[in-house]
Amino acid sequence: MAHEEPINYYEYLRPNKKYPNVWCSGCGIGVVMGSLIRAIDRIGLDKNDVAVVSGIGCTGRMPVYMDFNTMHTTHGRALAFATGLKISRPKLHVIVVMGDGDAMAIGGNHFLHACRRNIDMTAIVVNNWIYGMTGGQYSPTTPLNARATTAPYGNVEQAMPICEVAAAAGASYVARTTVYHATEMDKFLEAAIRKHGFSVVETVSYCHTTFGRLNKRGGVVDMMRWLKDNSVGQIAAQKLDEEEKAAKIVRGVVCDVEKPEYLDLYQQVIDRAMEAK
Amino acid sequence: MDIRFIQGNDAIAWGALAAGCRFFGGYPITPSTEVAELMARELPRHGGKFIQMEDEIASLAAVIGASVGGLKSMTATSGPGFSLMQEHIGYAAMTEVPCVIVNVQRLGPSTGQPTAASQGDVMQARWGTHGDHPIIALCPYTVKQCFDLTVAAFNMSEKYRTPVILLTDEVIGHMREKFEMPDFATVERVERPHIPVPHEWYRPYGDTPSDVPPMANFGDGYRYHITGLFHDDKGYPTQRLDEVDPWIDRVHRKIERNLEDILLWDEDEVEDANTVVVTYGASVRSARHAVKLARAHRAKVGLIAIKTIWPFPVEAVERATAHARRVVVPEMNLGQLALEVERVVGRRKVTRVNIANGEMVTPQMILDAIEGK
Repeated sequence: MAHEEPINYYEYLRPNKKYPNVWCSGCGIGVVMGSLIRAIDRIGLDKNDVAVVSGIGCTGRMPVYMDFNTMHTTHGRALAFATGLKISRPKLHVIVVMGDGDAMAIGGNHFLHACRRNIDMTAIVVNNWIYGMTGGQYSPTTPLNARATTAPYGNVEQAMPICEVAAAAGASYVARTTVYHATEMDKFLEAAIRKHGFSVVETVSYCHTTFGRLNKRGGVVDMMRWLKDNSVGQIAAQKLDEEEKAAKIVRGVVCDVEKPEYLDLYQQVIDRAMEAK
Repeated sequence: MDIRFIQGNDAIAWGALAAGCRFFGGYPITPSTEVAELMARELPRHGGKFIQMEDEIASLAAVIGASVGGLKSMTATSGPGFSLMQEHIGYAAMTEVPCVIVNVQRLGPSTGQPTAASQGDVMQARWGTHGDHPIIALCPYTVKQCFDLTVAAFNMSEKYRTPVILLTDEVIGHMREKFEMPDFATVERVERPHIPVPHEWYRPYGDTPSDVPPMANFGDGYRYHITGLFHDDKGYPTQRLDEVDPWIDRVHRKIERNLEDILLWDEDEVEDANTVVVTYGASVRSARHAVKLARAHRAKVGLIAIKTIWPFPVEAVERATAHARRVVVPEMNLGQLALEVERVVGRRKVTRVNIANGEMVTPQMILDAIEGK
């Protein structure tokens, strides 16, 4: 195996930003941030050519710590801001980080249309099944019957499958993993950023502070272990019946297809407009 | 000479192109759609890009994103869409990202009457988004002004790093007039300033003598943070009172100290006037006619046609009405700008002339008010 240089994380963090970060100790969002940095480092992107855009919530706070062009926007709308940014500056590698409430509830419409347009950006959805920053309300991915502060008698809404929605809506690359599977995450994020088209990586995380407490799931280590024990790769998933599979988080690449990218197509608009001039 | 017979909405789009607008993000809505249609056709011919977003919230988000990437950017909408855009008008004000928002006012509230005219969004343009924030709103009353004030809107938004609202209405938007298209090369444009310091020294929200810190575009090597949270000079979130207070002071000061440049209005015969009509937008058309009729009867009547509606031109109105016994404020709403005029000249002097059913204020209604009928 080729020897890899150990990555210097400090190179990608802002030295003049006040620390510690905003997250609870043990939060899975830090794992995603570390993985994103490794993926960017491995591809070798120039920091000036990377923009990280986020919405509101715990995950929304990720960009401020990283030494890229960073934009913390409004709740649910990060993809719409990012779309304008990418069109304006095509050379930027635009990466959007969102939580499950941010991306799928208030931002659901923008999520669908970003997938449909297939503009060359990467969306990372950190799915911890709950609104963490506001204190543990149920989200579009909260499992049925789970407790939340706004579901004190159990959640009666069906959870939304992020990756399946993204694939159906037209994203070019869609993958799912968990914060326990950090090396797999590195691989998926690298592939997603390299993909010429709209890519989505769902990183299943946990919120021990709210979800874990309300649902008696224990602490960080317990919830990490739960992710390990309750997720399977796609090959292992094939051996399970539908009921068993539904109870598991299936990790892997959900779709990886080649289709025309938005800005490439818009170049045709420019060409036709110039011809008609 | 390039003489055309065009509507206000078209003039807005041409004005935007002349001002250097190179990105438009919008969503179809009557009666503003012609702006989007013309931009969709012309932007790709002018080295720009057009996108139709999934809603008006996304439209203004994309506009702000594109502006951060370095393109002058605009959207156009009407009442219901303007309501949806309020969230991001606040974001643009907070993050000091230049952008232009066109609101071709239609009759509201709610879906109201999409094809009927109104001036019902005057207060919304000022206070529609939450929290204290600076804003500039411009109101044209001719097709030529649609062009000129769109150029002014872009220039002010760049000069003061602020969202600027072009608050027009269905009458002006769809009204056709003779228009001489200027050579775009002769149109005065304000461009984003060069950043005089290297990356490590750059303060995106730092104190500067002008109170407007120069804005760096993403991708130009100035890696900085933008957030809708209160932030320090580096753009990082803060709750420190010694950072929050100076910010809120500075963003208001940057507008207030430049009122001479920002405030635009026209005056007709106010020197000897004992009655002054104060109005804006489509209502200026009726008011001009009413003033002419009244002058024909030797009445000493003047007119102020306000073009910068926010910030409200307090001193101009004060000066022009100093000797007036009566101040008439016609509007296509139930009295919105009248509140500002009353604040300046006193409630007892003001006669409101209102209509809020989709029709215009008629010259006769204004004439009656001038004559105290």
